[in-house]
Amino acid sequence: MIVFYNISLVGYLLGSLLYFVQLVYRRPLIANLAMGTVIGGFIANTLVILLRSQETGHGPYTTSFEVAVFFSWVFMGIFLFANWKYHIRDLGAFVLPVVFLVFLYSAFLSREVVPFPDTEFQALLTLHRTLSIMGYAALALAFAVGCMYLIQEQQVKSKKLGMMFFRMPSLETLDTLNNRIIAIGFPLFTLGFITGTIWNMEMTRHSFFSWDMIKTWPLILGWLIYGLVFFGRLLVGLRGKRAAQFSMAGFATVMLTYFLHV
Amino acid sequence: MAASNLILVGVNHKTTPVEIRERLAFTQGKIEESTEILLQYPEIQENIIISTCNRVELYARVDDVEQGIRRLKDFLCQYHHLETDELEPYFYSYQDNETVEHLFKVSSSLDSMVLGEAQILGQVKDAYTLARSLRATGQILNQLFEKAFNVAKRVREETGIAESAVSISSAAVELARKIFDDLEHHTVMLVGTGEMAELAAKHLISYGAKTVYITSRTYERAANLAKTLNGCALDFQNFREELHKADIIISSTAAPKFIIEKAMVEEAIHQRRNKPMFFIDIAVPRDIEPEVNDLENVYLYDIDDLQGVVNANIKEREREAEVAVEIIQAEVEKFNSWVVSLDAVPTIVEIRKRAEAAAMEEAEKTLKRLPHLTQEDHDAIQTMIQSIINKILHKPTVNLKKKTQSNEGHTYLKAIRELFHLDD
Repeated sequence: MIVFYNISLVGYLLGSLLYFVQLVYRRPLIANLAMGTVIGGFIANTLVILLRSQETGHGPYTTSFEVAVFFSWVFMGIFLFANWKYHIRDLGAFVLPVVFLVFLYSAFLSREVVPFPDTEFQALLTLHRTLSIMGYAALALAFAVGCMYLIQEQQVKSKKLGMMFFRMPSLETLDTLNNRIIAIGFPLFTLGFITGTIWNMEMTRHSFFSWDMIKTWPLILGWLIYGLVFFGRLLVGLRGKRAAQFSMAGFATVMLTYFLHV
Repeated sequence: MAASNLILVGVNHKTTPVEIRERLAFTQGKIEESTEILLQYPEIQENIIISTCNRVELYARVDDVEQGIRRLKDFLCQYHHLETDELEPYFYSYQDNETVEHLFKVSSSLDSMVLGEAQILGQVKDAYTLARSLRATGQILNQLFEKAFNVAKRVREETGIAESAVSISSAAVELARKIFDDLEHHTVMLVGTGEMAELAAKHLISYGAKTVYITSRTYERAANLAKTLNGCALDFQNFREELHKADIIISSTAAPKFIIEKAMVEEAIHQRRNKPMFFIDIAVPRDIEPEVNDLENVYLYDIDDLQGVVNANIKEREREAEVAVEIIQAEVEKFNSWVVSLDAVPTIVEIRKRAEAAAMEEAEKTLKRLPHLTQEDHDAIQTMIQSIINKILHKPTVNLKKKTQSNEGHTYLKAIRELFHLDD
């Protein structure tokens, strides 16, 4: 497993660098190389998850290490899909560094095998963890897309068209992508939230409002922010710059939750 | 040597003023005649003439480089009844690699007045097609020009040299596409019917914009333009009420004061539920209050802003041209090794023939003095001679083939030919 883990880490590091180089010096060779290393890293990442699951006997969401590796994998999967569907190659320059940092962070975590908590509601817990991680990964992508939107918007607004103006997709493409990702990420996030709450209620036999507030407040804030973006777009035409800013703020709370929660 | 010796003589917009270029230019019928004349010269094997308003260039494959260049210059002057001495400072001439590189640059539009313009490639293609139909080209120039078209395609695809807009109206379109992406479902409104506004509108329509509203102080002018653009004329009194329907607004009236104010746009954007609006103000004095740009999801560009975009784009093209030069240099090298490899095979054959001839001559002499040997002995000696030749020439043959694929192939081959005295 460790071999594939290292391959994956190096793949994502090289991918980050190559995507960045390709953003500045547009060369097809570099773009293909970047795509190649990233796919290599992704395959290695997949193998890490499979081998780890074989070793532990359960899915990749019990320890912080497993969650970080699984998160990277889902994030990459969504990125590769978006890249294929929307042909936004330069998205890689924004996505890969995040994936790499998450993966790097996992290198410092304990790799001790922890048995799956022996509780009555295992299925519910599994569901909660899977949904949450997938939701977080989608929202991480919304963060990257939001970041691109703000850069591009700034260039058009200020009338100073730098190199990035030519490299990056149109505002409408980025805004639509942001909308679609949140339309997937927010429901996943919500479902993860609900299943987690129910599990917690069942486990502790406490009422609905018995959470640990210190741990939970960023989660609720994040949920409110994404709710604002999701429903704001539907109801009052919240879009563009505001939507991008909120998506980025939302992801900050998601990161906070991750560190407090897992 | 057989294959190389590619030369080029020409003048272009950088070296030569238009008064001289126009006197050197060839018309279509003249190109045919001149190509035929050039073919008559024994030292010229192949030739192609490119004549456009920015350049006149003669490409040829010749036996002797210096003589060939002289011949082309003299021909250009004599044919146009001009003095060679007078024109000498304007000519540039290239040979071999330089010729290849220059043609690749020309067809990729790196040598054009407007970097990345598309016209030149078509002109080079036409020149090649004509020369080919006159049987003025052979293996080398055919390969050279076909390659040049490939390189031009690569440059266009792999660099952004032709991407950014370098005119006001195309800059407006480029910006619109960076805001709205696909223009197909977007609506354009023309306020005023200036010529520039019409041009920009046509440009937007060619990129897919379907619905066009036109308004003007004189309704008739709006109606006329609506007919040409297949749009819909609006009454000038009421156009503000329709403002929210438009995604792209091009204003070009002669009004002395602002006719579109911030409050109006604020209202429109509210009605549109924040869908972006792009205002293009090409009127002087300006039609649209500049503070409109401060509104969220609203973008306003005036004529100076657009000029700024054009200037930035020209810089962008220059940056992309550097990438293109790298591509071209790599392709020149590839072409060069192809040319040299053409020379490698005959050289190997010649060396082998020399060796065999010398060996056989000596063997015959010796065998004559040894009459007691049987036919079998003769055969054995012949085989031995062949083996020695093969053994000695094996390594040089392999190395020569390898070396001709590399950069210094040309020099290498030249040295070999001199060492073995193959060119006398």
